[in-house]
Amino acid sequence: MKILCCVKRVPAPGAKINVTADGSDVDAAHLGFTTSPHEECGVEGAVQLREEHGGEVTVLTVGPSEAAEQLRYAASVGADHGVLIPSDGAWDPQRTAAVIHEAIDVLESEAEEPFDLILFGNESADSGGFQVGIRVAHSLGRPIVNGIKGIEVSGDGSGTGTVTARRAIDGGFEVYELPRPCVLGVKEGLNLPRYPTMKGRLRSKKLEVRSLDIDAAQGGQGRIRLHRPPEQVSETVILGDGPDAAAAVVDVLEELGVL
Amino acid sequence: MLLVVLEHDRGALAEAAREALTFGRSLAEKMDEDLEAALIGADDDALVTEAGDYGAEVVHTCVHEVLSDYGPDAYGAAVAQMVTDLEPSAVLACGSDRGNEVMAQVAARLDAPFVANCVDVTPGIPWTMTRVQWGGSLLEDSSLDADVALLTCGLHAVAAQPGDSVDADTETFDADLDESHRVTVVKDRTVLQTGVTLPTAPVVCGGGRGVGSAEGFAQLEELAELLGGRVGCSRAVTNLGWRPHSDQVGQTGTRIAPEIYIASGISGAIQHWVGAMASKHILAINTDREANMVVKADWAVIADLHEVIPAITAEIRSRKG
Repeated sequence: MKILCCVKRVPAPGAKINVTADGSDVDAAHLGFTTSPHEECGVEGAVQLREEHGGEVTVLTVGPSEAAEQLRYAASVGADHGVLIPSDGAWDPQRTAAVIHEAIDVLESEAEEPFDLILFGNESADSGGFQVGIRVAHSLGRPIVNGIKGIEVSGDGSGTGTVTARRAIDGGFEVYELPRPCVLGVKEGLNLPRYPTMKGRLRSKKLEVRSLDIDAAQGGQGRIRLHRPPEQVSETVILGDGPDAAAAVVDVLEELGVL
Repeated sequence: MLLVVLEHDRGALAEAAREALTFGRSLAEKMDEDLEAALIGADDDALVTEAGDYGAEVVHTCVHEVLSDYGPDAYGAAVAQMVTDLEPSAVLACGSDRGNEVMAQVAARLDAPFVANCVDVTPGIPWTMTRVQWGGSLLEDSSLDADVALLTCGLHAVAAQPGDSVDADTETFDADLDESHRVTVVKDRTVLQTGVTLPTAPVVCGGGRGVGSAEGFAQLEELAELLGGRVGCSRAVTNLGWRPHSDQVGQTGTRIAPEIYIASGISGAIQHWVGAMASKHILAINTDREANMVVKADWAVIADLHEVIPAITAEIRSRKG
């Protein structure tokens, strides 16, 4: 089974994100970087499918040269190949999608067969455009469903067959059955990603990161500036410092009418 | 004309649709154009009437065999065809899971830009908007240069509010769809939970790392049940395997909007906060007076949650008799 997983390098979630003085970008000076959380689960999901059915996992990213770190991390948890498309920063979603589509064309024509399954994150943790995977799938003429938290494949996952995907909805899940080859937008919760082993770390150092120079025209969305929302300041009323506060808490609940 | 895509599930209008209509009504005023709505896969009079209550002059309904249940391909194709035919100036949905998915499908089909999760939109040449990044911890001012502005408004960016009621006209739209569009239609669904769910609960009892263990959540479960609410948790808790991911409140989990969020043992890291910030009121229980969640809360108890929560539960029981 051949799987492609597209990932994005983003500042580590949880950090306070500062903006450069001119608002053109995030201030990366004191930030740690990681793989966007949904996509970290995508890599783990791809590796699990390969462990079960055989095949290979390729990880692709569009980003600065430092994004090779995220490809090496993916290799340390089991990915086989890494592809980096150098980008200077604020590409809009249409441009990013066009570039990824072309990269897939290059990889698939070399291999003379399509990826059985392509995984994207549901949305990137930083820019949150909610569209690159869908644009790529549509231009490839392949079906895609977003919000996926469970994947099963028919047969050994290769060639014709189906992919059964579970999507979380309010109070349960929906099931979709897509013909291969197909594309899924996955969400955190698909699995709990493993940590790299020492052996994995060593192997990742030997990963040959392939660089593909591809560019496309900018789309119709442009960034003017980034800024922080006004800080929500609350005059916190302290109801107490122990179990004695329970009465005051229940007074509040009564006042709000939720009892 | 501004076309609002109405989200529904098997004929039940979603709260997201009411938010989109509310956001759309003020945008249509800024555009000085009519507000109309698209209803895909349903044509119930009750939904048309409700869209009218929110100010939609016309509801374009589109019913077809392959639209009998939700499917991103079929829904995307139907809306894209409607846009080509009706030529609206802008199309708006709510930035829910389905809303963003359908609008991205529309944008891919029309090869047009799409701006997700806007909190403020100004029509013009180009259009400008403020949109959510980082799940809400940063905002981006964007420009949009397009023949038709494809937009979603951020989930809970506005509270649903009916407007001057209009007696909405129904126009049927015949979409050119075939079996190929059935490729991603929902095949089956499993209900794990009925009644109040995390996104709709009036009370959410959230627990963080401070709860200490999976077993420690029993006290939160008890309180939530007593209040007719649900238990939520932080990302740290799902990563530790104490709770299922479906309980996670945050950027990569669920956006909640309860009447009150009781956050216990949660420091309030930014990725958690953005999932909780639409809560109408917040009560924090934490041993750390300086914790982010305490600072942002309306009320706080500075104590061990495992002492306070049983006391709250006992107090509620005694008052309820």
